[in-house]
Amino acid sequence: MIQQKLRRSMLFVPGSNVSMVCNAFIYQPDTVMFDLEDSVALSEKDSARLLVYHALQHFTYKDIETAVRVNPLNTPFGILDLEAAIRAGADIIRLPKTDSVDDVLEMEQEIADIENRIGRQKKTMMLAAIESALGVVNAVDIARSSKRLMGIALGAEDFVRDLRTQRTKAGSELMAARNQILLAARAAKISAFDSVFSDVKDKEGFVYEVNYIKGLGFDGKSLINPNQIPWLHKAFEPSIEDITWAQEVLEAAKDSKIRGLGVVSIDGKMVDAPIIARARWIVDLAKASGVLGEEV
Amino acid sequence: MNNLKTFTCTEKIKGENRETKLFTTIQEAIKASCLQDGMTISFHHAFRGGDLILNKVIDIIAAMGFKDLTLASSSLASIHDTLIAHIKSGVITQIYTSGLRGKLGEAISHGLMEKPVHIHSHGGRVHLIQSGELNIDVAFVGVPVSDVFGNANGHSGRSKCGSLGYVMSDAQYAKHVIILTEELVAYPNKPSSISQDQVDSVVVVDAVGDPAKIGAGETRMTSNPKELMLARLTTKVIEHSGLFKEGFSLQTGTGGASLATTVFLSEKMESKGITASFGLGGITGTMVYMLKRGLIKKLLDVQSFDEFAAKSLGENENHIEISANEYANPSSKGAAIKQLDIVVLSALEIDLDFNVNVITGSKGLLRGASGGHCDTAAEAKLSIIVAPLTRGRIPTITKRVNTIVTPGSSVDVVVTDQGIAVHPRHPELAAALKKAGLIVLDMHALYEKAMALCGEPQEIKYTDKVVALIRYRDGSIIDVVRQLAK
Repeated sequence: MIQQKLRRSMLFVPGSNVSMVCNAFIYQPDTVMFDLEDSVALSEKDSARLLVYHALQHFTYKDIETAVRVNPLNTPFGILDLEAAIRAGADIIRLPKTDSVDDVLEMEQEIADIENRIGRQKKTMMLAAIESALGVVNAVDIARSSKRLMGIALGAEDFVRDLRTQRTKAGSELMAARNQILLAARAAKISAFDSVFSDVKDKEGFVYEVNYIKGLGFDGKSLINPNQIPWLHKAFEPSIEDITWAQEVLEAAKDSKIRGLGVVSIDGKMVDAPIIARARWIVDLAKASGVLGEEV
Repeated sequence: MNNLKTFTCTEKIKGENRETKLFTTIQEAIKASCLQDGMTISFHHAFRGGDLILNKVIDIIAAMGFKDLTLASSSLASIHDTLIAHIKSGVITQIYTSGLRGKLGEAISHGLMEKPVHIHSHGGRVHLIQSGELNIDVAFVGVPVSDVFGNANGHSGRSKCGSLGYVMSDAQYAKHVIILTEELVAYPNKPSSISQDQVDSVVVVDAVGDPAKIGAGETRMTSNPKELMLARLTTKVIEHSGLFKEGFSLQTGTGGASLATTVFLSEKMESKGITASFGLGGITGTMVYMLKRGLIKKLLDVQSFDEFAAKSLGENENHIEISANEYANPSSKGAAIKQLDIVVLSALEIDLDFNVNVITGSKGLLRGASGGHCDTAAEAKLSIIVAPLTRGRIPTITKRVNTIVTPGSSVDVVVTDQGIAVHPRHPELAAALKKAGLIVLDMHALYEKAMALCGEPQEIKYTDKVVALIRYRDGSIIDVVRQLAK
């Protein structure tokens, strides 16, 4: 059930940037991802944690899904970050640098311990970032390792360094990793998220990449600048033909349910559960993109 | 017939005796103007932050020993902070202006002047001149180019300021007009914005203004996400306003969000195949771009907001200079704003009754300009005020604005990053915007949001002394600004 929420845009917000922490919610990404890891200087780890702790509890972040990227558990900050994020009510913990199943299980255990200690009822979800060759090779196992995992994400910057290459606009260096992560996620029935696109001024390159990863099957993408949100949402906007088709499918499904029929067909083609799910996803996308009013 | 004179023979005027308007120094021109203590002198602000004339002339006037003058500049910028000394020494004792900023605004807010400053709108200034209240004795008109007879314009020469729209009325109504020009060109410099029959003298000066400072960084496309977001929302409001159709007309201002709105709107117009009949007011490079692309048929330019606009005014026959009287004077026989569909405006503060403040900041200091705000809001079919809900810790939506410049009765839509408020007199517009997927909220709800984020601001403490009168466009006093308490 976890993966059904629409998560096209996951906006990274550096936990130490006061202005961005205060303002990120107005841009309405599907998920706000507060970062305590790479974007925060060593000297600011504590203040960033405190800032994010308070932001998460502020009413401005009540209606929006929140994630926190914590520092690895083998650093002095990891466990403190985790405790602060869970206590403050973050929906998702983003695991940095996930290389193996053990990384996920260790984090899962820590999360469960904290939840027990503070009596948190709602289960905190996990999102594992895969940022190394080892992680990509283990992606299938990682994706299936925990019920808390709502998705896996590619962290391309560290990954290309591990591969001893660099990122290009064409993205061939990420081809294997993207496909592997997507397959692993789909096999485990969880979501797959693509890496950030760093050149914030290059709209054309960004939109090209979004169309590419959307075509592969990714659910969404991590973002580093609010200006990328409308570009991304636009690219994810379903076509009028898709929407019409999806509406027909849902209508037929509703109709068959009322009439007590098991299987429906549209234009002679059989419509089964996966197709209905796909149709619902398209309608959700259309609503979120503003192409369809709420009344549908 | 009794009181008519009979012709008496006169000698033909010889070349060397011919009347000349050319003076070698500003001092001589001032002497010839018969300027006296207590009179009113005027200036224009076409160079905005790059103006070099006002300070220079007033320094000279002060050195010549004049006192008790009324300064009527169409607006004042931070570059005019040097006026503080001339006010202290009694050279300038009263000011009429559209805007006050910088240290001058601060000093006046703290009670620098005995007589309150009159803050007028651009249209309202012409009204004050025509009604006789603002009686200009000597107008100093800085221009890049003039001929020896005073035919002057702003769109050619080295330092182009573009439209001379604001100073046209000064030239028409002032008792004495002195042209200060950077370049002298051959007679006749026609067509011209200021005409020979209005001009008494001409002085050549080293520099009148720095065109690079007209726009002062406001002319580049912003990359600020909040401004871009506001621009997207504003574009959507325009698109679904019911006015976005072939032949509509538009006015936007400077500033990141306003500029980006014209860019996004251009894209929308291109994709829908809609063109605008005219663009009005302060004209920016993006408006010029729209003109060149055929998206706007004509530009009516009272003030050129950047170098691109200043240059285009001289080159493109569909880019037309208009006076402030033609632009926005409420008592004009034909102000272009009466034909205007949509205006996009900014705000420092907006209150629960939709009143707008564009003149005093959150600390109560004079730091803005009335400009064409209340003129265009009153006359355009749709006035859209665009502002972030909060600026840092400062709420933009307040219970009551510090100072009213534009009354809520003129305001139709307020666009913020956290919701759009439509004036209750337009329920059909609110419904249309909601249907388009925009978040339309009651003004009280926006106010509550701002308060929840920032908290109720501390009340500003004033004394009883009035430091500025806010003149509405018809000359009435819509509000006053009081001296800040120490």
